[in-house]
Amino acid sequence: MSIPALTIPLREMILKYPYLEDFFISLGLKDYHVDLSCAEYVDQLSDGQIEDLGMDREQLISNYTEYFQKMAEIALRTTERVRSITIIGGRDKTGQAENLSFTMKTGDIICVVGPTGSGKSRLLADIECLAQRDTPTGRQILINDSVPNEDKRFTVEHKLIAQLSQNMNFIMDLTVQEFITMHAESRMIENVEETVQSVIVCANELAGEKFSLDTPVTSLSGGQSRALMIADTALLSSSPIVLIDEIENAGVDREKSLELLVKEEKIVLMSTHDPILALMGHKRMVIKNGGISQIVETCAQERSNLMLLQQFDGTMIRLRNMIRSGEKIDFDIKNLFGL
Amino acid sequence: MKLVTVSGPPSSGKTSVILKAIECLKQESYKIGVIKFDCLTTFDNILYEKVDVPVKVGLSGNLCPDHFFVSNIGDCVRWGLMENFDLLISESAGLCNRCSPHIKDILAVCVIDCLAGVNTPKKIGPMLKLADIIVITKGDIVSQAEREVFFFKAKQANPKAMIMSVNGITGQGAFDLSRRLKDTVEIANLELKRLRFTMPAALCSYCLGETQIGEDYQMGNLKKMDFEVFS
Repeated sequence: MSIPALTIPLREMILKYPYLEDFFISLGLKDYHVDLSCAEYVDQLSDGQIEDLGMDREQLISNYTEYFQKMAEIALRTTERVRSITIIGGRDKTGQAENLSFTMKTGDIICVVGPTGSGKSRLLADIECLAQRDTPTGRQILINDSVPNEDKRFTVEHKLIAQLSQNMNFIMDLTVQEFITMHAESRMIENVEETVQSVIVCANELAGEKFSLDTPVTSLSGGQSRALMIADTALLSSSPIVLIDEIENAGVDREKSLELLVKEEKIVLMSTHDPILALMGHKRMVIKNGGISQIVETCAQERSNLMLLQQFDGTMIRLRNMIRSGEKIDFDIKNLFGL
Repeated sequence: MKLVTVSGPPSSGKTSVILKAIECLKQESYKIGVIKFDCLTTFDNILYEKVDVPVKVGLSGNLCPDHFFVSNIGDCVRWGLMENFDLLISESAGLCNRCSPHIKDILAVCVIDCLAGVNTPKKIGPMLKLADIIVITKGDIVSQAEREVFFFKAKQANPKAMIMSVNGITGQGAFDLSRRLKDTVEIANLELKRLRFTMPAALCSYCLGETQIGEDYQMGNLKKMDFEVFS
């Protein structure tokens, strides 16, 4: 692929692969729409220009070739789809064996429970770097039931976990539309506009209060930001696993959020101690002493308890909305809770 | 001994990242030394000393930090060999975005942080564009979408580099980095080694102490902005 790319005139190459333009723009180069091949173009740049680029001619050409290949890979989505991830147990901080092999499949909602410092970040780090019995925990991670290739480890294109943490901020000063467009463009998808629209529609379905395309991201409320990031991760992120750090019960529809992620074939890992969220999960991974101490499956009794908890939750939301709209809660609420 | 050059804009998290990687390597009883290059003052040596990592500080003062680096790195390696380190880490702040303390065939790491804005990877010169590994820090502070865009921009700026996310506080990702540091080549000295790119040039009257402003006082290697109205 690299040889013809260097000999075809740049004008033609850019027409065929528009993303090549970004390579030249990012270097601050102009006048690259020429009938010269990349090699010829680089050759005719002045020594002063080369000096300013911070790369010599050879490095420039080799970066161009690499850029072309990497971007083509991303655009073609040649990477294998992740259908399942298996954790083969290692040992906890005291050296005790975990003795387990746990497989998570797309559409699964797994809750991760355990006190702060119990080893949750270690577990995530193991998954993220596709540990092969070479991390302090001795765990091994399999993808689609087999050992992943060494070259898959540590690369951006194969980033496995999208993390939706509670204390995230937007630092870009953009509108919602500009922001999601920027993300969509970086994924090099074809129908950017359409996808951006659907992310925003979807986010509005999850958010308690609606927001528009031209709301600056920095003025979104906590719930709205959360809803936007959940919709964005579901529809635009390439990572097969989504890690959610507690979804607070305000401003975002938790049930719909999880439904969306499951529908988009994500593996959902949820770090939570909220009984409703935890019981919404199919399984709970209990972390203790740096190890996975047990896997709890949500049972029938728990599922029916969940329904009751959700009713209480619905009542709490109604009361919250009453407060929001200036009403008084000066009546006997025992009935509301069936007490 | 192995050598690695770590560079990155000020306050991007170089020291925290290095400390977390050292923590992983120490568990395998690796003997590590650090050289901290800075301009005026640094307090990072205290952080290294706290965890018993031998550290030497080099302050460039009124010299270009890059030129100071290249004229001292040979001696640093000699010191490292005398101390019998398994790994010597050189840490230097890239203050002008044009710095390029990377050496051919020596593992080069560039540390940047997500808070710096998505155009930062484009703006940084050889320090990032010619690095082997780009470490991105402070990812936990920004949104997932911004993180992904930032990674993509870094990839565009240096498509050859391996890009890793390291959290300087929790250490998530530091193990992966430590593995890469371990895998690098052994060296006996830096004889015949070359820089990956020329350093920022400077040889003008102001380098030699001139303070007067004006056409008549500008001499040597100069570059003028292009104002069409003046020509």
